[in-house]
Amino acid sequence: MDKLIFEISKEGRVGYKLPESEIPSVDINKIFPEELLASEDRNFPELFEVDVIRHFTNLGRKNFGVDVGFYPLGSCTMKYNPKINEDVSSFEGFANIHPLQPAETIQGILELQYKILQALSEITGMKWGTLQPFAGAHGEFVGMKLFKAYFKAKGEKRTKILVPDSAHGTNPASAHISGFEIVEIKSGSDGLLSIDEVKKNLGPDLAGLMITNPNTLGLFEKNIVEIAKLIHEAGGLLYYDGANFNAILGKVRPGDMDFDVVHLNLHKTFSTPHGGGGPGSGPVLVKEKLVPFLPVPDISFKDGKYYLNYDIPKSIGRISGFYGNIAVIVRAYAYILTMGHDGLRHVSEMAVLNANYLRKMLSDKIPVAYDSICKHEFVLTGKPIKDSFGVSTLDIAKRMLDYGIHPPTIYFPLIVPEALMIEPTETESKETLDHFCEIIGNIVKEIKENPELIHKAPLNTPVRRLDEVKAAKDPVLRFKK
Amino acid sequence: MEILKGLKYSKTHEWVKVDEGVAYVGISDFAQESLGDIVYVELPTVDSEVSKGDEVANIESVKAASPIFSPLSGTIVKVNEELEEEAELINHTPYDAYIFAIEMSNPSELDEMMDADAYEEYCETEASH
Repeated sequence: MDKLIFEISKEGRVGYKLPESEIPSVDINKIFPEELLASEDRNFPELFEVDVIRHFTNLGRKNFGVDVGFYPLGSCTMKYNPKINEDVSSFEGFANIHPLQPAETIQGILELQYKILQALSEITGMKWGTLQPFAGAHGEFVGMKLFKAYFKAKGEKRTKILVPDSAHGTNPASAHISGFEIVEIKSGSDGLLSIDEVKKNLGPDLAGLMITNPNTLGLFEKNIVEIAKLIHEAGGLLYYDGANFNAILGKVRPGDMDFDVVHLNLHKTFSTPHGGGGPGSGPVLVKEKLVPFLPVPDISFKDGKYYLNYDIPKSIGRISGFYGNIAVIVRAYAYILTMGHDGLRHVSEMAVLNANYLRKMLSDKIPVAYDSICKHEFVLTGKPIKDSFGVSTLDIAKRMLDYGIHPPTIYFPLIVPEALMIEPTETESKETLDHFCEIIGNIVKEIKENPELIHKAPLNTPVRRLDEVKAAKDPVLRFKK
Repeated sequence: MEILKGLKYSKTHEWVKVDEGVAYVGISDFAQESLGDIVYVELPTVDSEVSKGDEVANIESVKAASPIFSPLSGTIVKVNEELEEEAELINHTPYDAYIFAIEMSNPSELDEMMDADAYEEYCETEASH
């Protein structure tokens, strides 16, 4: 393992030379009270420039991303990010502007925001929206705030949000933090939301339903139109989590399935960079009846000019310091224009075809949970392997690292024991998919012949198996001498 | 997988052992095995009143966070503070590492719980699901 930058530091070594300051220096102890000053050495590393560059370049070369290899992380849509998006977002007019500039000097970026909102509204079948949320979960939070504002305006007190047991953990979390009570709906034996289970929870306290469609098993909720009807008849609203939107682009729209609020993950479906915690973008789109409650500022257009509109009396208010992750939104718009209408539909067709090809090819190696035609992703269960050979899904995932593959999502969704959730995305070739199948075949063979090897994996990575429990319980977050 | 005789079990995989009128509650070997390495336990508050089926504690493992439901109604009289420092005790000795103890307000609720044999059968159907 490489040394930390602190460990290669040499006291007194500098990589720069500054001219003598014209401003007299002051002793810091004389201007700040003692309690505000650090009492221990901060351990700032001291190195030559070349050593800093080598250190970080070498670390960067160990990095794994979609530009390096296959990354089938289920539900995360780790698709390739076309480099034209990067070129466009670095145009001077986008890169060198300031959020506090007067609107008349930034008409270009305002127009882009207006037009991507039009495009996303068309893609989702909604009326209008906001680009401000910084991530999917932030979008969910905004969606729940909109639910609240809508019921408040109607003078109704509705407290319950239905969430299926296959949902992303952020759904119940967002509803809970917005003050709703969560009712978990059990999936049927086919892995789908059952009409009967929904019927049990209809009442005057029902605020709505939050789901992804296709769900986290990669299965399309075929009863959605009937379920939407039931929810609406009971006075509730429907929230569409766009995490799995890559499966339905240009095929079916949440608006047509009768959803009221949608968030999209630009960092998934619309090919903006993803991973390492951001920067994400989770625009929210709504039906006409919820437009009056959208956050301020709205991107508006009047008399030939775009402007930031704060005059929205029923708005839930600001939900971001400025206007969202603008450079990410520029990338997504570049993607939408490059792909066009037919291109986007083709994205989903290829994503679904790739997933079904992989599902079929892998099903004789590791069983598929809820095995039927899937959308953009599917879930395998490592339970039979664990029962027969004592090798867990975690072991299998660790072994994939040795073969230069980023493992899929594991142990999610929670309703599948020893789950491996695989999403190949549309950008992978048949050769890459075949290579992945071959690797899984090898690993399954190794499990049968030499399970001990798999328990010890990974063997070829810069660091070997990490102690997850210690990392969770006693993380060392700061270097100390 | 070990299922200790003489204990009562719930469908959500908690066990109950009654000692001098106080019911001690933990999670079964089956439950700790499916959760994986446990890193943190959020204990209930002593003296709080709970009803059967209430979510009273939380267990966080490297895989997921899971709620613990009280299988009985009553007052929480004791919590296992050792778990605050050593949550892994639940993995090592699930039937010694109780999570909380309840003074029962309705001891007949015990009769609705499964005995070891019934629980074993229940786990088998769960596992084949």
